[in-house]
Amino acid sequence: MSPISRGFHRRHAPEGEEGRLPPGQYLTEGFPVLSAGPTPHTPLANWTFSITRSGETKGSWTWQELQALPAETVTVDIHCVTRWSKFDTGWRGVSVDTLLDRVEHDGRYVMAFCDGGYTTNLPLEDVTGGKAWVAFDYDGKALAPEHGGPARLLVPHLYFWKSAKWVRGLDLRDRDAPGFWETYGYHMYGDPWREQRYAGD
Amino acid sequence: MAGTAVRGRLTWQVATVAGLTRETPSVCTIELEPPDWAGHRAGQHLDVRLTAEDGYRAERSYSIASAPGERLAITVERLDDGEVSPYLTEELQVGDELELRGPIGGYFVWEPKDGSPLMLLAGGSGVVPLRCILRQRLRTGSDVAARLLYSARTLPDVIYRDELGQHNDGVEVSYTLTRNQPPGWTGHTGRINADLLADAAWPAAANPVAYVCGPTSFVETAAAALVGLGYPPERVKTERFGATGGP
Amino acid sequence: MEPLDGNSIGGLLIDVFGADMTGANGTCGTCGATGPVAEQVVYRQAPGTVARCRACGAILMVFVKVRGMTCVDLTGMASLDRPRAA
Repeated sequence: MSPISRGFHRRHAPEGEEGRLPPGQYLTEGFPVLSAGPTPHTPLANWTFSITRSGETKGSWTWQELQALPAETVTVDIHCVTRWSKFDTGWRGVSVDTLLDRVEHDGRYVMAFCDGGYTTNLPLEDVTGGKAWVAFDYDGKALAPEHGGPARLLVPHLYFWKSAKWVRGLDLRDRDAPGFWETYGYHMYGDPWREQRYAGD
Repeated sequence: MAGTAVRGRLTWQVATVAGLTRETPSVCTIELEPPDWAGHRAGQHLDVRLTAEDGYRAERSYSIASAPGERLAITVERLDDGEVSPYLTEELQVGDELELRGPIGGYFVWEPKDGSPLMLLAGGSGVVPLRCILRQRLRTGSDVAARLLYSARTLPDVIYRDELGQHNDGVEVSYTLTRNQPPGWTGHTGRINADLLADAAWPAAANPVAYVCGPTSFVETAAAALVGLGYPPERVKTERFGATGGP
Repeated sequence: MEPLDGNSIGGLLIDVFGADMTGANGTCGTCGATGPVAEQVVYRQAPGTVARCRACGAILMVFVKVRGMTCVDLTGMASLDRPRAA
């Protein structure tokens, strides 16, 4: 039985609004950088975002083409599986609906793929209907590389490991398959309100 | 020893804080009395675990500053945005309990038989395990020739300054100050690079063994520079320090 | 956040392997490079701890704490020697 360390407490911000914090989370004022590998640095001239299906590219946008699409500014709460949450984060990006509307697409799931090899899986309906963006600005400034810049997926209603950093596209699938962290034991869906952190939760 | 539970180094134990020494404004040495310490080798570290009243736990690793046989001590640098180091360097009091386990580490260790001459490169708080190595060298009466090159931001940031200044026993200590220097400073200035090491490090022809410890960027530069001078990579041991905590 | 090295997961390795592994030699399954675990590139600030090959960047080990139990995936390593006795 560990002794209580007199006077020790976690770094934390004051209590959040009741009901706004999912179970097991605490509020942070910082913006922690979590990574499983080195920060990629793809030059914007080489950057593309693609929608793929069975090895075929259904649609692809260069950086300029992405910037020319209608973008939205959103303010959302985000929740990391490592238990920190951050309220009222401001992002600007292109809704995934905007991208999918421009390509013929089917399938029930997507696998987000990224520079550096990271992947994460989501149901198609969780990245549509105004629930997901390809975000390139954070807090009014260009998204920093350590936070996923030039662009990351933003899916705030799920744990933040689903908001894949350095995203380069979505691969449409018929079946759900585990992405990077899901393969190592994290939950296939990841709803913070049902505290779905690990497979089997 | 029938009936006595033998605690291995794998298990957590609750030590009592026996002493606190402020080394610099942001660095503190903590002396500990663990109930069942099995001893350690110079260069090893121990893990510390703190538990808050709400059950929240934080674990960190700290290099052991004391030589084997001396009272166990760690030296902790306060990180401004740290969660554990501000507690250890500013809140902890003599008599408090501190949960720890160790010793840990079989790679970054030194014993007199491990080679000569000895080249030690320290970046900031990376000096802690290297100071431990020098204390072990002294305690064992080893005559291995040793050089320590210690990179710090400013002179007041130098940890163990008096102790390091007392060496006249086959240990040469030199400093490089990277941010500012006192008037009349005759030591090195600026970050470690190939030129500085060509001046201050044992030549490769002496077949030295090197231990490099500090922040990751320091270790990468310093270790690469030693290899560039001709040190075989397998004779350059590295330990990278940095923040490991969460938000 | 700069990565650290295998020294920083010494305690974690003891939890998983029951012995100090920082001095054990591992061989990368991708590029064949061999070296002590202590010299692997370690990323700790993530949903799990990831150790990568210093030579080629391939993932060697992944540790995830699932409901309090540490799971380790070593499939990135071609081999991992037993540590020499201290």
